[in-house]
Amino acid sequence: MGAEFTFTDIPWGINLILVPLAGGMVCFLWPRMAKALGLSSAFVVVLSVAGLGWRMQGYGVYRHAMGGWGAPLGIELYADGLSLLMLAATALVGLGVSVYSAGYFEPKQSARFWPLWLVLMAALNALFLSADIFNLYVTLELMGLAAVALVALASGRDALSGAMRYLLATLLGSLAYLLGVALLYHGFGSLDIALLAERVAPNPALWAAMGLMTAGLALKTALFPLPFWLPPAHASAPAPVSALLSALVVKASFYILLRLWLEIFGSLGAGVDALLGLLGAAAVIWGSLHALLQTRLKLLVAYSTIAQIGYLFIAFPLAAASGVSAWAAAAYLALSHALAKAAMFLAAGNLLHFGGHDRIADLDRTVQRLPLTMGAFALAGVSSMGLPPSGGFIAKWLLLQAALAQGRWDLAAVMILGGLLAVGYIFKVLGYAFTQATVLRESRAVPAGMEWAALLLATGAILLGFLAVPVLALLGIGDPFGTGEIGP
Amino acid sequence: MNTAFLYALVGVGLFSLGLYALIVHAHLLRKILAINVMGSGVFLVLVALARRSRDAPPDAVPQAMVITGIVVAVSATALALTLMLKLSGETGRAELPDDRRN
Repeated sequence: MGAEFTFTDIPWGINLILVPLAGGMVCFLWPRMAKALGLSSAFVVVLSVAGLGWRMQGYGVYRHAMGGWGAPLGIELYADGLSLLMLAATALVGLGVSVYSAGYFEPKQSARFWPLWLVLMAALNALFLSADIFNLYVTLELMGLAAVALVALASGRDALSGAMRYLLATLLGSLAYLLGVALLYHGFGSLDIALLAERVAPNPALWAAMGLMTAGLALKTALFPLPFWLPPAHASAPAPVSALLSALVVKASFYILLRLWLEIFGSLGAGVDALLGLLGAAAVIWGSLHALLQTRLKLLVAYSTIAQIGYLFIAFPLAAASGVSAWAAAAYLALSHALAKAAMFLAAGNLLHFGGHDRIADLDRTVQRLPLTMGAFALAGVSSMGLPPSGGFIAKWLLLQAALAQGRWDLAAVMILGGLLAVGYIFKVLGYAFTQATVLRESRAVPAGMEWAALLLATGAILLGFLAVPVLALLGIGDPFGTGEIGP
Repeated sequence: MNTAFLYALVGVGLFSLGLYALIVHAHLLRKILAINVMGSGVFLVLVALARRSRDAPPDAVPQAMVITGIVVAVSATALALTLMLKLSGETGRAELPDDRRN
Protein backbone atom coordinates (compact mmCIF):
# COMPACT_ATOMS: atom_id res chain seq x y z
CA MET A 1 0.00 0.00 0.00
CA GLY A 2 1.09 3.62 0.49
CA ALA A 3 3.49 4.81 -2.12
CA GLU A 4 3.28 1.60 -4.11
CA PHE A 5 -0.48 1.73 -4.50
CA THR A 6 -1.22 1.63 -8.23
CA PHE A 7 -4.19 1.47 -10.53
CA THR A 8 -4.13 -2.34 -10.54
CA ASP A 9 -4.39 -2.47 -6.74
CA ILE A 10 -7.84 -0.93 -6.70
CA PRO A 11 -10.10 -3.76 -5.52
CA TRP A 12 -12.49 -3.66 -8.47
CA GLY A 13 -14.31 -6.83 -7.49
CA ILE A 14 -14.99 -5.56 -3.97
CA ASN A 15 -16.27 -2.24 -5.35
CA LEU A 16 -18.80 -4.12 -7.43
CA ILE A 17 -20.46 -5.45 -4.28
CA LEU A 18 -19.76 -2.75 -1.71
CA VAL A 19 -20.67 0.34 -3.74
CA PRO A 20 -24.26 -0.67 -4.59
CA LEU A 21 -24.80 -2.25 -1.17
CA ALA A 22 -23.66 0.86 0.71
CA GLY A 23 -25.49 3.04 -1.81
CA GLY A 24 -28.69 1.10 -1.24
CA MET A 25 -28.49 1.56 2.52
CA VAL A 26 -27.79 5.27 2.27
CA CYS A 27 -30.69 5.63 -0.19
CA PHE A 28 -32.93 3.93 2.34
CA LEU A 29 -31.85 6.30 5.10
CA TRP A 30 -31.91 9.50 3.01
CA PRO A 31 -34.64 9.07 0.41
CA ARG A 32 -34.09 12.59 -0.85
CA MET A 33 -30.65 11.67 -2.15
CA ALA A 34 -31.85 8.38 -3.62
CA LYS A 35 -31.90 9.36 -7.28
CA ALA A 36 -28.48 11.02 -7.35
CA LEU A 37 -26.89 8.26 -5.29
CA GLY A 38 -28.47 5.51 -7.36
CA LEU A 39 -27.30 7.02 -10.64
CA SER A 40 -23.77 7.55 -9.38
CA SER A 41 -23.61 4.01 -7.94
CA ALA A 42 -24.66 2.58 -11.29
CA PHE A 43 -21.97 4.67 -12.95
CA VAL A 44 -19.27 3.55 -10.50
CA VAL A 45 -20.27 -0.08 -11.12
CA VAL A 46 -19.76 0.38 -14.87
CA LEU A 47 -16.32 1.87 -14.21
CA SER A 48 -15.46 -0.98 -11.84
CA VAL A 49 -16.41 -3.63 -14.38
CA ALA A 50 -14.25 -1.83 -16.95
CA GLY A 51 -11.41 -1.75 -14.41
CA LEU A 52 -11.86 -5.42 -13.59
CA GLY A 53 -11.88 -6.32 -17.29
CA TRP A 54 -8.75 -4.26 -17.90
CA ARG A 55 -7.00 -5.95 -15.00
CA MET A 56 -8.09 -9.42 -16.08
CA GLN A 57 -6.82 -8.84 -19.61
CA GLY A 58 -3.38 -8.22 -18.18
CA TYR A 59 -3.28 -10.66 -15.27
CA GLY A 60 -5.83 -13.37 -16.02
CA VAL A 61 -8.54 -14.49 -13.60
CA TYR A 62 -9.41 -12.39 -10.57
CA ARG A 63 -9.30 -13.86 -7.09
CA HIS A 64 -9.89 -12.21 -3.75
CA ALA A 65 -9.90 -13.93 -0.38
CA MET A 66 -12.36 -11.98 1.79
CA GLY A 67 -10.69 -10.82 5.00
CA GLY A 68 -7.56 -12.76 4.11
CA TRP A 69 -9.25 -16.15 4.58
CA GLY A 70 -8.70 -18.51 1.66
CA ALA A 71 -10.93 -20.98 -0.10
CA PRO A 72 -11.58 -24.00 2.11
CA LEU A 73 -12.37 -21.90 5.18
CA GLY A 74 -13.27 -18.38 4.10
CA ILE A 75 -15.27 -16.85 1.27
CA GLU A 76 -13.36 -16.35 -1.93
CA LEU A 77 -14.36 -14.11 -4.79
CA TYR A 78 -13.48 -15.38 -8.23
CA ALA A 79 -14.00 -14.01 -11.72
CA ASP A 80 -13.17 -15.52 -15.09
CA GLY A 81 -14.34 -14.60 -18.57
CA LEU A 82 -17.86 -15.90 -18.00
CA SER A 83 -18.27 -13.95 -14.75
CA LEU A 84 -16.88 -10.86 -16.44
CA LEU A 85 -19.39 -11.11 -19.26
CA MET A 86 -22.31 -11.42 -16.83
CA LEU A 87 -20.96 -8.54 -14.71
CA ALA A 88 -20.71 -6.42 -17.84
CA ALA A 89 -24.30 -7.25 -18.77
CA THR A 90 -25.42 -6.27 -15.25
CA ALA A 91 -23.49 -3.01 -15.33
CA LEU A 92 -24.67 -1.93 -18.80
CA VAL A 93 -28.30 -2.88 -18.32
CA GLY A 94 -28.08 -1.42 -14.81
CA LEU A 95 -26.88 1.95 -16.08
CA GLY A 96 -29.54 2.06 -18.79
CA VAL A 97 -32.31 1.15 -16.37
CA SER A 98 -31.03 3.66 -13.80
CA VAL A 99 -31.10 6.51 -16.32
CA TYR A 100 -34.60 5.42 -17.34
CA SER A 101 -35.82 5.14 -13.76
CA ALA A 102 -34.64 8.64 -12.94
CA GLY A 103 -37.43 9.89 -15.20
CA TYR A 104 -39.95 7.10 -14.67
CA PHE A 105 -40.79 7.02 -10.96
CA GLU A 106 -42.75 9.56 -8.99
CA PRO A 107 -40.98 10.81 -5.84
CA LYS A 108 -42.79 8.48 -3.45
CA GLN A 109 -42.13 5.35 -5.49
CA SER A 110 -38.63 6.52 -6.29
CA ALA A 111 -37.73 6.45 -2.59
CA ARG A 112 -38.68 2.78 -2.49
CA PHE A 113 -37.27 1.78 -5.86
CA TRP A 114 -33.65 2.89 -5.46
CA PRO A 115 -32.71 1.03 -2.24
CA LEU A 116 -34.21 -2.22 -3.59
CA TRP A 117 -32.61 -1.86 -6.99
CA LEU A 118 -29.17 -1.13 -5.54
CA VAL A 119 -29.42 -4.15 -3.22
CA LEU A 120 -30.48 -6.22 -6.22
CA MET A 121 -27.44 -4.98 -8.13
CA ALA A 122 -25.13 -5.84 -5.20
CA ALA A 123 -26.67 -9.32 -5.00
CA LEU A 124 -26.24 -9.89 -8.74
CA ASN A 125 -22.62 -8.77 -8.70
CA ALA A 126 -21.88 -10.90 -5.62
CA LEU A 127 -23.53 -13.87 -7.31
CA PHE A 128 -21.40 -13.55 -10.43
CA LEU A 129 -18.26 -13.25 -8.27
CA SER A 130 -19.03 -16.20 -5.97
CA ALA A 131 -16.97 -19.35 -6.16
CA ASP A 132 -18.72 -21.54 -3.59
CA ILE A 133 -22.15 -23.12 -3.76
CA PHE A 134 -23.42 -21.85 -0.41
CA ASN A 135 -22.44 -18.26 -1.13
CA LEU A 136 -24.33 -18.67 -4.39
CA TYR A 137 -27.40 -19.72 -2.37
CA VAL A 138 -27.22 -16.63 -0.16
CA THR A 139 -26.81 -14.25 -3.10
CA LEU A 140 -29.58 -16.08 -4.97
CA GLU A 141 -31.98 -15.51 -2.07
CA LEU A 142 -30.92 -11.89 -1.63
CA MET A 143 -31.55 -11.34 -5.32
CA GLY A 144 -34.89 -13.15 -5.23
CA LEU A 145 -36.25 -11.22 -2.27
CA ALA A 146 -35.19 -7.86 -3.72
CA ALA A 147 -36.73 -8.81 -7.07
CA VAL A 148 -40.06 -9.80 -5.49
CA ALA A 149 -40.22 -6.55 -3.53
CA LEU A 150 -39.53 -4.63 -6.75
CA VAL A 151 -42.44 -6.34 -8.52
CA ALA A 152 -44.73 -5.41 -5.64
CA LEU A 153 -43.77 -1.73 -6.10
CA ALA A 154 -46.42 -1.40 -8.79
CA SER A 155 -49.11 -2.17 -6.14
CA GLY A 156 -52.57 -3.09 -7.31
CA ARG A 157 -54.07 -6.53 -7.55
CA ASP A 158 -52.16 -7.88 -10.56
CA ALA A 159 -48.75 -6.83 -9.33
CA LEU A 160 -49.33 -8.14 -5.80
CA SER A 161 -50.55 -11.55 -6.92
CA GLY A 162 -47.77 -11.69 -9.52
CA ALA A 163 -45.23 -10.89 -6.80
CA MET A 164 -46.69 -13.48 -4.43
CA ARG A 165 -46.62 -16.20 -7.08
CA TYR A 166 -43.08 -15.22 -7.96
CA LEU A 167 -42.02 -15.30 -4.29
CA LEU A 168 -43.40 -18.81 -3.74
CA ALA A 169 -41.75 -20.08 -6.93
CA THR A 170 -38.41 -18.51 -6.13
CA LEU A 171 -38.40 -19.80 -2.52
CA LEU A 172 -39.26 -23.31 -3.68
CA GLY A 173 -36.43 -23.19 -6.21
CA SER A 174 -33.92 -21.97 -3.63
CA LEU A 175 -34.89 -24.64 -1.10
CA ALA A 176 -34.42 -27.41 -3.66
CA TYR A 177 -31.04 -25.88 -4.45
CA LEU A 178 -30.12 -25.70 -0.75
CA LEU A 179 -30.98 -29.37 -0.22
CA GLY A 180 -28.66 -30.11 -3.12
CA VAL A 181 -25.95 -28.05 -1.41
CA ALA A 182 -26.41 -30.11 1.78
CA LEU A 183 -26.04 -33.37 -0.14
CA LEU A 184 -22.98 -32.18 -2.06
CA TYR A 185 -21.29 -30.99 1.12
CA HIS A 186 -22.02 -34.23 2.89
CA GLY A 187 -20.85 -36.32 -0.04
CA PHE A 188 -17.65 -34.49 -0.91
CA GLY A 189 -16.77 -32.31 2.07
CA SER A 190 -16.46 -28.96 0.33
CA LEU A 191 -18.50 -25.99 -0.82
CA ASP A 192 -15.87 -24.56 -3.14
CA ILE A 193 -16.78 -25.25 -6.77
CA ALA A 194 -13.19 -25.91 -7.84
CA LEU A 195 -12.55 -28.32 -4.96
CA LEU A 196 -15.86 -30.08 -5.61
CA ALA A 197 -14.92 -30.47 -9.26
CA GLU A 198 -11.80 -32.38 -8.21
CA ARG A 199 -13.60 -34.61 -5.74
CA VAL A 200 -16.91 -35.56 -7.34
CA ALA A 201 -17.51 -39.20 -8.13
CA PRO A 202 -20.75 -40.70 -9.39
CA ASN A 203 -22.84 -41.86 -6.44
CA PRO A 204 -26.49 -41.54 -5.36
CA ALA A 205 -25.85 -38.34 -3.38
CA LEU A 206 -24.44 -36.66 -6.47
CA TRP A 207 -27.37 -37.81 -8.62
CA ALA A 208 -29.87 -36.54 -6.06
CA ALA A 209 -28.03 -33.23 -5.73
CA MET A 210 -27.93 -32.83 -9.50
CA GLY A 211 -31.66 -33.48 -9.79
CA LEU A 212 -32.61 -31.10 -6.98
CA MET A 213 -30.30 -28.26 -8.00
CA THR A 214 -31.13 -28.53 -11.70
CA ALA A 215 -34.88 -28.60 -11.04
CA GLY A 216 -34.70 -25.72 -8.55
CA LEU A 217 -32.64 -23.52 -10.83
CA ALA A 218 -34.72 -24.42 -13.89
CA LEU A 219 -37.80 -23.27 -11.95
CA LYS A 220 -36.09 -19.97 -11.12
CA THR A 221 -34.96 -19.54 -14.72
CA ALA A 222 -38.55 -20.18 -15.88
CA LEU A 223 -37.66 -23.11 -18.10
CA PHE A 224 -40.63 -24.78 -19.80
CA PRO A 225 -42.84 -26.32 -18.30
CA LEU A 226 -42.26 -24.19 -15.18
CA PRO A 227 -42.64 -20.61 -16.44
CA PHE A 228 -46.11 -20.09 -14.94
CA TRP A 229 -44.84 -17.42 -12.56
CA LEU A 230 -42.93 -15.35 -15.12
CA PRO A 231 -45.54 -13.66 -17.34
CA PRO A 232 -47.70 -12.25 -14.49
CA ALA A 233 -44.68 -11.04 -12.52
CA HIS A 234 -42.79 -9.56 -15.46
CA ALA A 235 -45.81 -8.01 -17.12
CA SER A 236 -47.36 -6.39 -14.04
CA ALA A 237 -44.15 -4.90 -12.60
CA PRO A 238 -43.12 -1.29 -13.33
CA ALA A 239 -41.29 -1.08 -16.69
CA PRO A 240 -37.73 -0.68 -15.34
CA VAL A 241 -38.31 -3.61 -12.97
CA SER A 242 -39.60 -5.82 -15.81
CA ALA A 243 -36.45 -4.95 -17.72
CA LEU A 244 -34.23 -5.92 -14.77
CA LEU A 245 -36.07 -9.18 -14.15
CA SER A 246 -36.09 -10.36 -17.76
CA ALA A 247 -32.62 -9.14 -18.59
CA LEU A 248 -30.68 -10.03 -15.47
CA VAL A 249 -32.51 -11.94 -12.74
CA VAL A 250 -33.46 -15.01 -14.81
CA LYS A 251 -29.91 -15.02 -16.22
CA ALA A 252 -28.44 -15.25 -12.73
CA SER A 253 -30.02 -18.61 -11.95
CA PHE A 254 -29.10 -19.77 -15.44
CA TYR A 255 -25.51 -18.71 -14.73
CA ILE A 256 -25.40 -20.87 -11.58
CA LEU A 257 -26.79 -23.84 -13.48
CA LEU A 258 -24.20 -23.30 -16.21
CA ARG A 259 -21.38 -23.10 -13.67
CA LEU A 260 -22.48 -26.24 -11.85
CA TRP A 261 -22.83 -28.04 -15.13
CA LEU A 262 -19.42 -26.95 -16.41
CA GLU A 263 -17.55 -27.84 -13.25
CA ILE A 264 -19.42 -30.52 -11.37
CA PHE A 265 -22.23 -32.28 -13.21
CA GLY A 266 -21.03 -32.01 -16.79
CA SER A 267 -19.04 -35.22 -16.87
CA LEU A 268 -21.89 -37.36 -15.52
CA GLY A 269 -24.98 -35.63 -16.86
CA ALA A 270 -25.68 -38.00 -19.74
CA GLY A 271 -29.40 -38.06 -20.43
CA VAL A 272 -30.20 -35.04 -18.28
CA ASP A 273 -28.62 -32.65 -20.77
CA ALA A 274 -30.73 -34.22 -23.51
CA LEU A 275 -33.81 -33.60 -21.37
CA LEU A 276 -32.81 -29.98 -20.76
CA GLY A 277 -32.32 -29.53 -24.50
CA LEU A 278 -35.76 -30.98 -25.18
CA LEU A 279 -37.39 -28.67 -22.62
CA GLY A 280 -35.48 -25.75 -24.12
CA ALA A 281 -36.76 -26.60 -27.59
CA ALA A 282 -40.30 -26.89 -26.23
CA ALA A 283 -39.87 -23.50 -24.52
CA VAL A 284 -38.79 -21.86 -27.80
CA ILE A 285 -41.94 -23.04 -29.57
CA TRP A 286 -44.37 -22.60 -26.65
CA GLY A 287 -43.06 -19.16 -25.67
CA SER A 288 -43.00 -17.86 -29.24
CA LEU A 289 -46.52 -19.10 -29.99
CA HIS A 290 -47.85 -17.50 -26.80
CA ALA A 291 -46.03 -14.27 -27.61
CA LEU A 292 -47.71 -14.27 -31.02
CA LEU A 293 -51.15 -14.65 -29.41
CA GLN A 294 -50.85 -11.82 -26.87
CA THR A 295 -52.85 -8.64 -27.27
CA ARG A 296 -50.89 -6.67 -24.66
CA LEU A 297 -47.36 -5.55 -25.37
CA LYS A 298 -45.76 -6.28 -21.99
CA LEU A 299 -47.14 -9.82 -21.95
CA LEU A 300 -45.84 -10.33 -25.49
CA VAL A 301 -42.36 -9.28 -24.38
CA ALA A 302 -42.58 -11.51 -21.28
CA TYR A 303 -43.50 -14.59 -23.33
CA SER A 304 -40.70 -13.79 -25.73
CA THR A 305 -38.35 -14.02 -22.72
CA ILE A 306 -39.50 -17.61 -22.13
CA ALA A 307 -38.67 -18.44 -25.76
CA GLN A 308 -35.23 -16.85 -25.52
CA ILE A 309 -34.51 -18.79 -22.31
CA GLY A 310 -35.28 -21.93 -24.31
CA TYR A 311 -32.37 -21.16 -26.64
CA LEU A 312 -30.03 -21.02 -23.65
CA PHE A 313 -31.01 -24.56 -22.68
CA ILE A 314 -30.63 -25.89 -26.23
CA ALA A 315 -26.90 -25.36 -25.66
CA PHE A 316 -26.74 -28.14 -23.03
CA PRO A 317 -27.02 -31.22 -25.28
CA LEU A 318 -24.93 -29.51 -27.97
CA ALA A 319 -22.14 -28.67 -25.56
CA ALA A 320 -21.90 -32.26 -24.36
CA ALA A 321 -20.48 -33.12 -27.77
CA SER A 322 -18.98 -29.95 -29.17
CA GLY A 323 -18.05 -28.16 -25.93
CA VAL A 324 -16.71 -24.66 -26.20
CA SER A 325 -18.65 -23.21 -29.12
CA ALA A 326 -22.12 -24.10 -27.79
CA TRP A 327 -21.34 -22.71 -24.32
CA ALA A 328 -19.86 -19.58 -25.82
CA ALA A 329 -23.03 -19.21 -27.88
CA ALA A 330 -25.18 -19.51 -24.74
CA ALA A 331 -23.11 -16.90 -22.89
CA TYR A 332 -23.22 -14.58 -25.90
CA LEU A 333 -26.96 -15.03 -26.15
CA ALA A 334 -27.36 -14.28 -22.43
CA LEU A 335 -25.51 -10.98 -22.93
CA SER A 336 -27.26 -9.88 -26.11
CA HIS A 337 -30.67 -10.95 -24.85
CA ALA A 338 -30.06 -8.98 -21.65
CA LEU A 339 -29.49 -5.78 -23.64
CA ALA A 340 -32.25 -6.39 -26.19
CA LYS A 341 -34.90 -7.47 -23.70
CA ALA A 342 -34.16 -4.58 -21.35
CA ALA A 343 -34.55 -2.21 -24.31
CA MET A 344 -37.83 -3.87 -25.30
CA PHE A 345 -39.36 -3.60 -21.84
CA LEU A 346 -38.22 0.01 -21.50
CA ALA A 347 -39.72 0.80 -24.92
CA ALA A 348 -42.94 -0.93 -23.85
CA GLY A 349 -42.86 1.18 -20.68
CA ASN A 350 -42.56 4.34 -22.80
CA LEU A 351 -45.55 3.32 -24.90
CA LEU A 352 -47.54 2.59 -21.76
CA HIS A 353 -46.58 5.98 -20.32
CA PHE A 354 -47.36 7.69 -23.62
CA GLY A 355 -50.76 6.22 -24.38
CA GLY A 356 -51.81 5.05 -20.91
CA HIS A 357 -52.26 1.47 -22.14
CA ASP A 358 -50.23 -1.28 -23.80
CA ARG A 359 -52.82 -2.80 -26.13
CA ILE A 360 -50.94 -3.71 -29.27
CA ALA A 361 -53.88 -3.04 -31.59
CA ASP A 362 -54.17 0.58 -30.37
CA LEU A 363 -50.53 1.62 -30.80
CA ASP A 364 -51.74 4.30 -33.20
CA ARG A 365 -48.89 5.65 -35.37
CA THR A 366 -46.37 5.63 -32.54
CA VAL A 367 -43.62 5.33 -35.15
CA GLN A 368 -44.17 8.99 -36.01
CA ARG A 369 -45.06 10.14 -32.54
CA LEU A 370 -42.32 8.30 -30.58
CA PRO A 371 -39.65 7.57 -33.21
CA LEU A 372 -36.83 6.93 -30.73
CA THR A 373 -38.86 4.44 -28.71
CA MET A 374 -40.12 2.54 -31.73
CA GLY A 375 -36.56 2.60 -33.11
CA ALA A 376 -35.37 1.01 -29.88
CA PHE A 377 -38.10 -1.62 -30.09
CA ALA A 378 -37.26 -2.41 -33.71
CA LEU A 379 -33.50 -2.69 -33.07
CA ALA A 380 -34.07 -4.90 -30.03
CA GLY A 381 -36.45 -6.93 -32.19
CA VAL A 382 -33.72 -7.42 -34.82
CA SER A 383 -31.51 -8.96 -32.14
CA SER A 384 -34.34 -11.13 -30.78
CA MET A 385 -35.16 -12.44 -34.24
CA GLY A 386 -31.48 -13.24 -34.77
CA LEU A 387 -31.07 -11.12 -37.89
CA PRO A 388 -27.62 -9.79 -38.78
CA PRO A 389 -25.95 -7.60 -37.72
CA SER A 390 -26.76 -8.10 -34.05
CA GLY A 391 -25.60 -9.91 -30.93
CA GLY A 392 -28.56 -12.26 -31.22
CA PHE A 393 -27.45 -13.20 -34.74
CA ILE A 394 -23.90 -14.10 -33.65
CA ALA A 395 -25.16 -16.18 -30.73
CA LYS A 396 -27.78 -18.05 -32.73
CA TRP A 397 -25.37 -18.56 -35.60
CA LEU A 398 -22.83 -20.19 -33.25
CA LEU A 399 -25.58 -22.35 -31.77
CA LEU A 400 -26.91 -23.33 -35.19
CA GLN A 401 -23.41 -24.18 -36.36
CA ALA A 402 -22.90 -26.47 -33.36
CA ALA A 403 -26.24 -28.15 -34.04
CA LEU A 404 -25.52 -28.71 -37.73
CA ALA A 405 -21.99 -29.95 -37.05
CA GLN A 406 -23.47 -32.69 -34.89
CA GLY A 407 -26.28 -33.50 -37.27
CA ARG A 408 -28.91 -32.34 -34.76
CA TRP A 409 -31.36 -31.29 -37.47
CA ASP A 410 -34.24 -31.35 -35.00
CA LEU A 411 -32.69 -28.66 -32.79
CA ALA A 412 -31.62 -26.62 -35.82
CA ALA A 413 -35.18 -26.75 -37.14
CA VAL A 414 -36.56 -25.57 -33.78
CA MET A 415 -34.12 -22.65 -33.74
CA ILE A 416 -35.10 -21.57 -37.25
CA LEU A 417 -38.80 -21.95 -36.48
CA GLY A 418 -38.33 -19.92 -33.29
CA GLY A 419 -36.67 -17.18 -35.35
CA LEU A 420 -39.57 -17.13 -37.81
CA LEU A 421 -42.12 -16.91 -35.00
CA ALA A 422 -40.10 -14.05 -33.48
CA VAL A 423 -40.32 -12.25 -36.83
CA GLY A 424 -44.07 -12.78 -36.58
CA TYR A 425 -44.57 -11.24 -33.16
CA ILE A 426 -42.12 -8.38 -33.62
CA PHE A 427 -43.72 -7.34 -36.92
CA LYS A 428 -47.17 -7.64 -35.39
CA VAL A 429 -46.17 -4.85 -33.00
CA LEU A 430 -44.40 -2.79 -35.65
CA GLY A 431 -47.33 -3.15 -38.03
CA TYR A 432 -49.77 -1.66 -35.54
CA ALA A 433 -47.29 1.08 -34.72
CA PHE A 434 -47.58 2.33 -38.30
CA THR A 435 -51.35 2.26 -38.59
CA GLN A 436 -53.90 4.62 -37.16
CA ALA A 437 -56.16 3.40 -34.36
CA THR A 438 -59.92 3.73 -34.73
CA VAL A 439 -60.37 5.64 -31.48
CA LEU A 440 -58.09 8.59 -30.79
CA ARG A 441 -56.81 9.03 -27.24
CA GLU A 442 -54.94 11.62 -25.25
CA SER A 443 -51.25 11.07 -24.82
CA ARG A 444 -48.59 12.14 -22.35
CA ALA A 445 -45.09 13.30 -23.28
CA VAL A 446 -42.26 10.86 -22.54
CA PRO A 447 -39.10 12.31 -20.92
CA ALA A 448 -36.12 12.26 -23.29
CA GLY A 449 -33.96 10.24 -20.85
CA MET A 450 -36.45 7.39 -20.94
CA GLU A 451 -36.45 7.27 -24.75
CA TRP A 452 -32.66 7.46 -25.02
CA ALA A 453 -32.06 4.79 -22.37
CA ALA A 454 -34.13 2.31 -24.37
CA LEU A 455 -32.49 3.30 -27.65
CA LEU A 456 -28.94 3.06 -26.31
CA LEU A 457 -29.52 -0.40 -24.83
CA ALA A 458 -30.99 -1.59 -28.13
CA THR A 459 -28.02 -0.11 -29.98
CA GLY A 460 -25.75 -2.04 -27.63
CA ALA A 461 -27.47 -5.28 -28.61
CA ILE A 462 -26.87 -4.43 -32.29
CA LEU A 463 -23.24 -3.37 -31.69
CA LEU A 464 -22.55 -6.78 -30.13
CA GLY A 465 -22.95 -8.12 -33.66
CA PHE A 466 -19.73 -6.33 -34.63
CA LEU A 467 -17.77 -7.14 -31.47
CA ALA A 468 -17.82 -10.94 -31.61
CA VAL A 469 -14.04 -11.37 -31.71
CA PRO A 470 -13.08 -9.16 -28.73
CA VAL A 471 -16.05 -10.32 -26.63
CA LEU A 472 -15.31 -13.98 -27.25
CA ALA A 473 -11.65 -13.31 -26.38
CA LEU A 474 -12.72 -11.77 -23.06
CA LEU A 475 -15.02 -14.73 -22.46
CA GLY A 476 -12.04 -17.05 -22.84
CA ILE A 477 -10.13 -15.56 -19.88
CA GLY A 478 -9.51 -18.33 -17.34
CA ASP A 479 -10.89 -20.92 -19.77
CA PRO A 480 -14.35 -21.24 -18.18
CA PHE A 481 -15.48 -23.80 -20.75
CA GLY A 482 -12.34 -25.94 -20.50
CA THR A 483 -12.22 -29.56 -19.52
CA GLY A 484 -13.85 -29.13 -16.14
CA GLU A 485 -10.82 -27.30 -14.74
CA ILE A 486 -10.85 -23.73 -13.52
CA GLY A 487 -7.94 -21.88 -15.11
CA PRO A 488 -4.70 -20.82 -13.42
CA MET B 1 -24.20 -42.70 12.70
CA ASN B 2 -27.48 -44.52 12.33
CA THR B 3 -29.44 -42.00 14.38
CA ALA B 4 -27.92 -39.18 12.34
CA PHE B 5 -29.03 -40.88 9.18
CA LEU B 6 -32.51 -41.32 10.61
CA TYR B 7 -32.68 -37.59 11.37
CA ALA B 8 -31.60 -36.85 7.81
CA LEU B 9 -34.37 -39.08 6.50
CA VAL B 10 -36.88 -37.25 8.69
CA GLY B 11 -35.56 -34.02 7.18
CA VAL B 12 -36.17 -35.31 3.66
CA GLY B 13 -39.64 -36.41 4.80
CA LEU B 14 -40.42 -32.91 6.10
CA PHE B 15 -39.21 -31.43 2.81
CA SER B 16 -41.54 -33.70 0.84
CA LEU B 17 -44.50 -33.05 3.15
CA GLY B 18 -43.96 -29.31 2.82
CA LEU B 19 -43.77 -29.60 -0.95
CA TYR B 20 -47.04 -31.53 -0.99
CA ALA B 21 -48.77 -28.93 1.19
CA LEU B 22 -47.38 -26.08 -0.91
CA ILE B 23 -48.94 -27.53 -4.03
CA VAL B 24 -52.24 -28.71 -2.54
CA HIS B 25 -53.36 -25.80 -0.34
CA ALA B 26 -54.76 -22.63 -1.80
CA HIS B 27 -54.65 -20.42 1.29
CA LEU B 28 -51.50 -18.34 1.26
CA LEU B 29 -50.78 -18.70 4.97
CA ARG B 30 -50.71 -22.47 4.51
CA LYS B 31 -48.42 -22.08 1.53
CA ILE B 32 -46.05 -19.88 3.56
CA LEU B 33 -46.09 -22.40 6.42
CA ALA B 34 -45.39 -25.17 3.92
CA ILE B 35 -42.33 -23.30 2.67
CA ASN B 36 -41.15 -22.96 6.26
CA VAL B 37 -41.63 -26.69 6.91
CA MET B 38 -39.60 -27.43 3.78
CA GLY B 39 -36.87 -25.11 5.05
CA SER B 40 -36.81 -26.84 8.44
CA GLY B 41 -36.45 -30.16 6.64
CA VAL B 42 -33.39 -28.90 4.79
CA PHE B 43 -31.89 -27.54 8.02
CA LEU B 44 -32.47 -30.88 9.74
CA VAL B 45 -30.66 -32.66 6.92
CA LEU B 46 -27.75 -30.23 7.20
CA VAL B 47 -27.40 -30.58 10.97
CA ALA B 48 -27.89 -34.35 11.00
CA LEU B 49 -25.31 -35.01 8.31
CA ALA B 50 -22.80 -32.77 10.11
CA ARG B 51 -22.03 -35.63 12.48
CA ARG B 52 -19.87 -37.85 10.33
CA SER B 53 -18.87 -40.39 12.96
CA ARG B 54 -19.80 -41.22 16.53
CA ASP B 55 -16.46 -40.19 18.05
CA ALA B 56 -15.50 -37.09 16.12
CA PRO B 57 -17.08 -33.75 17.03
CA PRO B 58 -19.71 -32.61 14.51
CA ASP B 59 -18.61 -30.49 11.56
CA ALA B 60 -19.18 -26.79 12.24
CA VAL B 61 -19.68 -25.64 8.65
CA PRO B 62 -23.24 -27.01 8.19
CA GLN B 63 -24.24 -25.43 11.51
CA ALA B 64 -23.05 -22.08 10.20
CA MET B 65 -24.99 -22.71 7.00
CA VAL B 66 -28.14 -23.40 9.01
CA ILE B 67 -27.78 -20.14 10.94
CA THR B 68 -27.46 -18.22 7.67
CA GLY B 69 -30.35 -20.22 6.27
CA ILE B 70 -32.56 -19.29 9.23
CA VAL B 71 -31.82 -15.60 8.72
CA VAL B 72 -32.81 -15.94 5.07
CA ALA B 73 -35.96 -17.90 6.00
CA VAL B 74 -37.05 -15.26 8.53
CA SER B 75 -36.69 -12.42 6.03
CA ALA B 76 -38.41 -14.38 3.29
CA THR B 77 -41.30 -15.22 5.62
CA ALA B 78 -41.63 -11.58 6.68
CA LEU B 79 -41.79 -10.49 3.04
CA ALA B 80 -44.28 -13.24 2.20
CA LEU B 81 -46.56 -12.33 5.13
CA THR B 82 -46.51 -8.64 4.19
CA LEU B 83 -47.38 -9.47 0.61
CA MET B 84 -50.16 -11.76 1.77
CA LEU B 85 -51.66 -9.02 3.97
CA LYS B 86 -51.49 -6.49 1.13
CA LEU B 87 -53.05 -8.94 -1.28
CA SER B 88 -55.89 -9.86 1.07
CA GLY B 89 -56.44 -6.15 1.73
CA GLU B 90 -56.75 -5.62 -2.01
CA THR B 91 -58.85 -8.66 -2.96
CA GLY B 92 -60.47 -9.63 0.34
CA ARG B 93 -59.08 -13.16 0.09
CA ALA B 94 -55.70 -14.55 1.10
CA GLU B 95 -55.46 -16.66 -2.02
CA LEU B 96 -53.90 -16.24 -5.42
CA PRO B 97 -56.70 -14.99 -7.70
CA ASP B 98 -56.73 -17.64 -10.42
CA ASP B 99 -54.97 -20.72 -9.22
CA ARG B 100 -55.62 -22.34 -12.56
CA ARG B 101 -52.66 -21.78 -14.82
CA ASN B 102 -53.43 -19.57 -17.77
